[in-house]
Amino acid sequence: MTEKPLLKIDNLKQYFPIKGGFLGRTVNHVKAVDDISFAIGKGETVSVVGESGCGKSTTGRAILRLDEPTAGKVEFEGKDVLGMSAKEMRRMRSEMQIIFQDPYASLNPRKTVRQTLNEAMEIQNVVPKKERNARIVELMETVGLQKHQIDRFPHEFSGGQRQRVGIARALSVNPKLIICDEAVSALDVSIQAQVLNLLKRLQREMGLTYLFIAHDLGVVRHISDRIIVMYLGKIVEMGETKSIFENPQHPYTKALLSAIPVPNPKKKAERIFLRGDVPSPIDPPTGCRFHTRCPFATDKCRTEVPLLEEKDEIYKDKHSVACHYALDIQQGKHKPKYNMTDVRKNLDEEGMDNKSKEKQLENA
Amino acid sequence: MVVASKERIRDTRPVNPRVKSFKDTFRRLKKNKSALVGFYVLAFFFVVSIFGAIDANYGLTGISSNATNLTAKLESPSAAHWFGTDHLGRDIFIRILHGMYITLGVGFAATFLAGLVGVPLGILAGYYGGWFDTIVMRLMDVLLAFPGILLALAIVSVLGGSTINVTIAIAIGAIPQFARIVRGSTLTTKKLEYVDAIRALGARDVKIIFQHILPNIMSPIIVNTTLFIATAILTAAGLSFLGLGVQPPTPEWGAMLNDGRNYMYQAGHITLFPGMMIVIVVLAFNLFGDGLRDALDPKMRK
Repeated sequence: MTEKPLLKIDNLKQYFPIKGGFLGRTVNHVKAVDDISFAIGKGETVSVVGESGCGKSTTGRAILRLDEPTAGKVEFEGKDVLGMSAKEMRRMRSEMQIIFQDPYASLNPRKTVRQTLNEAMEIQNVVPKKERNARIVELMETVGLQKHQIDRFPHEFSGGQRQRVGIARALSVNPKLIICDEAVSALDVSIQAQVLNLLKRLQREMGLTYLFIAHDLGVVRHISDRIIVMYLGKIVEMGETKSIFENPQHPYTKALLSAIPVPNPKKKAERIFLRGDVPSPIDPPTGCRFHTRCPFATDKCRTEVPLLEEKDEIYKDKHSVACHYALDIQQGKHKPKYNMTDVRKNLDEEGMDNKSKEKQLENA
Repeated sequence: MVVASKERIRDTRPVNPRVKSFKDTFRRLKKNKSALVGFYVLAFFFVVSIFGAIDANYGLTGISSNATNLTAKLESPSAAHWFGTDHLGRDIFIRILHGMYITLGVGFAATFLAGLVGVPLGILAGYYGGWFDTIVMRLMDVLLAFPGILLALAIVSVLGGSTINVTIAIAIGAIPQFARIVRGSTLTTKKLEYVDAIRALGARDVKIIFQHILPNIMSPIIVNTTLFIATAILTAAGLSFLGLGVQPPTPEWGAMLNDGRNYMYQAGHITLFPGMMIVIVVLAFNLFGDGLRDALDPKMRK
């Protein structure tokens, strides 16, 4: 990481109120993002991974103030983003852009590509009016679209092409940071690769910084320098891609990584299964949020919130984890209460109805 | 070969989705026979009402709708008086012709006024939410709690009966309908990612509302407008019938019904023809509106 981060997030919280009762009072909160801090250096690609509902997208939206965060601090090049007035914020928006997941919903169906791009440049006034057309052609070429497609409407494009238009729109205002909110999740695998390579090329050429929100770990490994693993609104582990993939320290990360399919039918991957479902973010578990599903959980985990710290000396400045027993687990000092790889088997047996059990006995 | 390649170029030309969706809508509308009948009836009435309006105000034919002829009162339909005459010997056909623009005009104007107030209220309530939304929508609920005709009746009795007051009264009753429909559509549209994208680009709310939300919620507005015109005409006629609307001797259809009420048993045609006209116009609007709703419904698209 460079000396001064491009984007710095401190204790960001995003609570969504749940309205209820007679007068629509706030009865509770969904704690979508609860007290997270991280920084992104210039030119870096940082990925945020985690399962659905863990607050990845919410984080991205909060940074751009698409949803106003509840608390915390977002600094972009040292400037406090959340404290900006509406006017300052509008000017600021050319620095930070977003690419959305669904290329079918992210373009206005009634505007041509030219209108969409022109509008973006007009809002930020980045290019003089006379040069806009030339810039639109240039942008189209940059993202790999043909010149003759400029006056087409979104419904005339395929999903991959629309995503390219979305990328062109984000690029049109010359941003420094682009938040890719599941930018390739909705695309075919072959198109995914094309778009990812395009993003990488743009990064090389323009020195872009990406905050890449994704759930596909293969994609994440391919594109990112660093990875942030989130679980239920909190960061559980953060570190360099290599170190996260090769030496995951948090039990949740281990389970997550073990879910990546191995492209070798003969090699039997040791799959870690987690018990139960993700608890509700309305009333998250006390202490470590993962303790309800963690085989290593102790009373300490149930009461004390683990801090995101660098536990392993070897990975100093490169890898931090929020687990009380990260080191002990690694060194084999702290044993799981049950075998994580067998959970599926246990569950199958528990869930088996009597009939099939009888059948099994008969067969035996 | 040259011709063929030219053909291909023409085919790949971009189609404006507005034009395309209009064409699609019209195609689907044409398949719906009853909607088409409604459309033609309305088109016919529209042309006739323009003629009637000119004739009534500038006297092209020289026949006045208010010319009384007591020697020829309560006459049955004949070649001289197509729809017969009323209790003052006035020609009912001429009166219907001359009153048509008033009836249609009140319907259109009331709906337009209601839309003019209801659509912005609905958009602002849906877009901004919060206390504005709560206040506006609760107000709309209050208005909605009154039956349309009763509310109009109350307003007219305060303002006094005249064409303009009737229009205003009906419009006020219709505002909640527009506001509700528009608010709902706005809520759906503003959650779409392209609205987020344009916000992330730093667009002002005015731009987002007018260029990105309004064009995409037009179909429910259009359908509601068409269907409401029928209701407005009916309410206007009802008010006039009760003597609270357009005042005699203006040949408004509802007022004509009221005039003929006392002579219904001797000369049924006095009430029959204005009543029939109201039925036809309202039916035509409803048929057309229903057809339009089906044609604009994205779920019907194939």
